[in-house]
Amino acid sequence: MSSDSLEQRTLSAGIVGDALKQVTRNVPRGEPPAWPTNAELQVVGKDVKRMDALDKVTGRARYTFDVQLPGMLYARTLNSTVPHARIKSIDTSQAEKSPGVRAVHVLERLLQAAELRDPGEEANEPYPVIRFAGQPIAAVAATSARAAEAALDLIRVEYEPIDHVTELEDAMQATSPPVFPGPTEHHATAGGGGAAKGLPQKGNLRGPSKGGSRGDLERGFKEADVVVEGEYRTQVQTHTPLEPHGVVADWRDDELTIYASTQHVLSVRDEAADIFQLPKEKIRAISDYTGGGFGAKYGIGNYGTLAIHLSRKARAPVRLVLDRREEHVSVGNRPSSLQRLKIGAKRDGSLTAIELRSFGTGGVAAGAGVGSCHHSMYSCPNVSIEHYDVFTNAGPCAAFRGPGQTQGIFAFEQAIDAVAARLGMDPIALRDKIDTRDADDVRARAAERRIGAEKIGWSRRRASGSDTGPIKRGIGMAQSMWPYIVNSYTTCEIRIQGDGTVEAFCGTQDIGTGTRTVFAQVVAEELGLRAEDVRVHVGDSRFPPGPPSGGSRVTSSLTPAARNAAHAAARDIASRVAPLLNANADDLIFRNGRIERRDDSKTSLGFAEALRRAGIETLVHRGDRRDDYEGYARKAGELNISPHAIGGVQFAEVCVDTQTGAVKVERVVAVHDCGRPINPKLVESQIFGGVIQGVSYALYEDRRLDGPTGVQLNANIDQYKIVGSRETPQIEVHLIELLGGQSSTDARGVAEPANVATAAAIANAFFNATGKRIYTLPMTPANVLAALRAE
Amino acid sequence: MSVAPHHPPGREAPGTFGPEPQPLSLLVNGEVHTALADPATTLVEFLRDALGLTGTKIGCDRGACSACTVWIDGEVAASCMTLALDVRERSITTIEGLSREGELHPVQRAFIEHDALQCGFCTPGMVMSCAQLVDSNPDCTLEDVKTAISGHLCRCGTYPNIFKATLAAAEMTRAAGKKK
Repeated sequence: MSSDSLEQRTLSAGIVGDALKQVTRNVPRGEPPAWPTNAELQVVGKDVKRMDALDKVTGRARYTFDVQLPGMLYARTLNSTVPHARIKSIDTSQAEKSPGVRAVHVLERLLQAAELRDPGEEANEPYPVIRFAGQPIAAVAATSARAAEAALDLIRVEYEPIDHVTELEDAMQATSPPVFPGPTEHHATAGGGGAAKGLPQKGNLRGPSKGGSRGDLERGFKEADVVVEGEYRTQVQTHTPLEPHGVVADWRDDELTIYASTQHVLSVRDEAADIFQLPKEKIRAISDYTGGGFGAKYGIGNYGTLAIHLSRKARAPVRLVLDRREEHVSVGNRPSSLQRLKIGAKRDGSLTAIELRSFGTGGVAAGAGVGSCHHSMYSCPNVSIEHYDVFTNAGPCAAFRGPGQTQGIFAFEQAIDAVAARLGMDPIALRDKIDTRDADDVRARAAERRIGAEKIGWSRRRASGSDTGPIKRGIGMAQSMWPYIVNSYTTCEIRIQGDGTVEAFCGTQDIGTGTRTVFAQVVAEELGLRAEDVRVHVGDSRFPPGPPSGGSRVTSSLTPAARNAAHAAARDIASRVAPLLNANADDLIFRNGRIERRDDSKTSLGFAEALRRAGIETLVHRGDRRDDYEGYARKAGELNISPHAIGGVQFAEVCVDTQTGAVKVERVVAVHDCGRPINPKLVESQIFGGVIQGVSYALYEDRRLDGPTGVQLNANIDQYKIVGSRETPQIEVHLIELLGGQSSTDARGVAEPANVATAAAIANAFFNATGKRIYTLPMTPANVLAALRAE
Repeated sequence: MSVAPHHPPGREAPGTFGPEPQPLSLLVNGEVHTALADPATTLVEFLRDALGLTGTKIGCDRGACSACTVWIDGEVAASCMTLALDVRERSITTIEGLSREGELHPVQRAFIEHDALQCGFCTPGMVMSCAQLVDSNPDCTLEDVKTAISGHLCRCGTYPNIFKATLAAAEMTRAAGKKK
């Protein structure tokens, strides 16, 4: 939409209740007038109840997991039992004859993994080379899941094993078995993923990527009064959505319908269209409800590809839902990291040099970076970054809530805390000194530090390691930063019927964040209705294009398009109703279910009555997400990235038992910004989720592979420990309302900012409690006792 | 959470079953439903695949996440760890049967009020455990709520709101009891 003509407008910007000021922006013509602050709105900014809550508490919500179609077959996948091998032969003949079996398919190409730059010696392989235990090979569709499972046992696979490596630091060695026989590329697809092209690769080490480097590192360290150094390690974390990945694929004649548990229906359609060489209009992807995603549910995937092949062969709908083991092993994880971080600072706290050498393994996938925080959060003239992806014979990584940044901030915010300790400065005062770019997130964090310090009781924070007994308590804080992203395309459609019915459509989806609800609120606000008067339709690729539920970008992308569509509809209605109220269209306002004259609220008509009396039968209006009024710092594919980011500051209070190594997070204060909060209650829920996942990452979760076999040892829910009710700390959320003067709603996301700072805040509290740094996640008793013993 | 015993003490065990699929009748949400099943059919498979009651979810299929929680004779149980044939002559309540005469259970109302759900996949199981707690102990404390859902996994992190919702439902139930 960059061709839009612009007009200058004066808008309010800043933190509501703190420092609102007037700014001048170049606004695309036709944008609705800016909204006032939330306090002056009727529906937006209010704790409207989640629109789909009733369906969810009664079991009526239909997930992909619940789709049952007439004649539907059940499919199961055959997965590799070995971590690295060539497949010499596959014999499916017995499986095909097994009772109830309707189709068998062998996978031709593995998605979601890096690929050889030059297919070379693998060009003649009859099947994809096995590079991790659990890699999908084939699938069977049968009249029952049990029949499909039985048939899997009849498929004969002849492997020719190759040496394998599962641990990051082993794979880094020159003597390590190579996961790939040559250099690789990992292309981004509609299914996500991807890494920078053309990087050097030696053995399993692909890199370095040096993005964010600047200045003269050597000079920076020379100018430093103090230098802190540390080597930080983070583990592999699996997404573990409660609803596993799955599809029901229904190929009839030449049309394909895919019910998918996904974070983006359009990515399912597009990747399937690409693989099956179908026009996009022949494919319909549907997701009424998705039972969690957290970054791993994009595209059609290997399992979805198999299901489509099976449906085409069997001429019947095919349900392929992963079991819990497959979910842990083969469809994504947060890569591990090894971060060597060195920071130089002057006595006054100003940073002079940041050096990062990082390594991460995303198994057979590239893209195991550690985020942008090291070079983008704080002012520092000299930054040197070198990151390497390290391949291992393990399942592929995928985006995971705050991808990269969560690992990066764990190390970086601890290092900043260490600088403060070395300088004898208060960690908050140090941030005041260095967190100084001219951007919204910086201004937000300044306010959030003040609020958080007061709520947690920062003034009662003692010197590190003050407790003399075995149980030690401490308080720490860490800062969050996540890009403010706008999707490059988003269109909403509003349909209004003469009976007063209002429907809103967008090809985005609600994966549990509350998208339906904020969509309805924005439309309702513009039309003077209640949110529940607006029937929202999402989760269908046939609707106007909408954003992926990832990158904290749905609310920022969707709500301005929704408002623009509803605003156009309201203006259209006003022009038709104006004569009935002896007014000009511009003098009519929509409020409390009525259309009334601005100067005389008694001269009014009910919404439906007004439509009827104006003779309106059907109105359809569309609205687009126009570009941010200040434009973007950069564009990467479908991501428009603002020069402003999203902030957030978290404080944690922990208790460490130095005899057992048990760590308990007792309390978290999370202070956040997300532009204009459309629904504070739903924002709070998102932040609870981000903090709880952060506690879980910091303390418990750890994917463990068995070295000799490459098999995951804890690919289940009983041994892969995740925070439950008993480990949930007391969490207090405080939200600021920040107007940026950037769009017609000024809303931004919060899912990722809520997650990225938690582990670092806990680690800094651990230091305050014990006087020791915890360099290794998770903070299990073994890692904690090792940290306490360290010099 | 405990797995339902094969049959309650003092009652006669039901007759033999299988190995071929044969009609199986279960009392579900106050009505007898009959469908073909073989002996390996779990209760959750019977509910979902034979009866189309898909409100009850499967998260792990090994009794570790409690998404499949139903009531058997009023007690919570993991329906993925219960064989369908073992609950003949028992009374099964699922999420679909929790509302009575179109009125939501106080826990369901409180879950909506307090936003005690996000993606919602764990929600039916959570609701069944919290409703059983509130029904059996309207004086429940925060610790009781934590215990009641300690076997449930919610990956979205709705626990704080589940605590609030369940305590609020308990309070509603106590207030309603006093009125009577």
